[in-house]
Amino acid sequence: MRVSSGEKYVAAAYAVVLLAVLVWVAIIAAKLARLERETGELTGLVRDSTSRGDG
Amino acid sequence: MALALVLVFFVAPVDADQGISQKIFYFHVPIALTAYACFGTGAWKALRLLMTAEERYDLESYTAVHQGTIFGALTLVTGSIWAKASWGVWWAWSSNQLVLFLVLFLFYCAYFMLRFSLEPGSRRARSSAVYALFGVVLIPVSFLAIRLANDFIHPTVFTRHGAQMTGWMFTAFCVSWAALLLLAYVMYRVEIIGKQIDANLRELRELLTA
Repeated sequence: MRVSSGEKYVAAAYAVVLLAVLVWVAIIAAKLARLERETGELTGLVRDSTSRGDG
Repeated sequence: MALALVLVFFVAPVDADQGISQKIFYFHVPIALTAYACFGTGAWKALRLLMTAEERYDLESYTAVHQGTIFGALTLVTGSIWAKASWGVWWAWSSNQLVLFLVLFLFYCAYFMLRFSLEPGSRRARSSAVYALFGVVLIPVSFLAIRLANDFIHPTVFTRHGAQMTGWMFTAFCVSWAALLLLAYVMYRVEIIGKQIDANLRELRELLTA
């Protein structure tokens, strides 16, 4: 199937937008993973301080 | 977004003048308008900060300017691709519309240089707010440049006589713009919530390790 140069440019422009959205989703996913890890660490700290307080 | 793509590629007719490459218009122009909206929101939040001194407006203004810069970069990239398809060149320095948008984009890039050269606090918030407010003056200049400067390169679609396109083209444009505004809003809210959670976790860690 022959693709004209106009069609290639249209595909490139829309691919740029799609790529930007995908990059944003990836950044958000990485940020959520970090927040989840930090929340876990803080939960551990709270448990430790609670058990020290009970002990 | 999916509806916008369907309308653009399967419903809206192909432009008689530019052919298939005109399809880039349905994302390029809404992205540019969304960038303007983000910068305008950033300026509004900046004004609210200066009026009320409430800390939250600093974060909201910064986030809006940040989103505007992202959409501004996308405008320049998609515009360059469309320029190559239509005019055979990636950029035309003779076009006032293009150069003024680039100036607007670079102005807001410098916003981050100013902001991060200062220590976090009220001075940084106020300086950033004043800068964001100055930037908003460039928005109507950029928007009107095409009409003021008789730019014969960059096409004018929206004139005093209305939108120069058929019904389905205008519908596809409106749906695309709505989709991109919604995307910008979601990105804005997600970024603000993420930063607030970050700040809360930092404070919690300081309290727990103290």
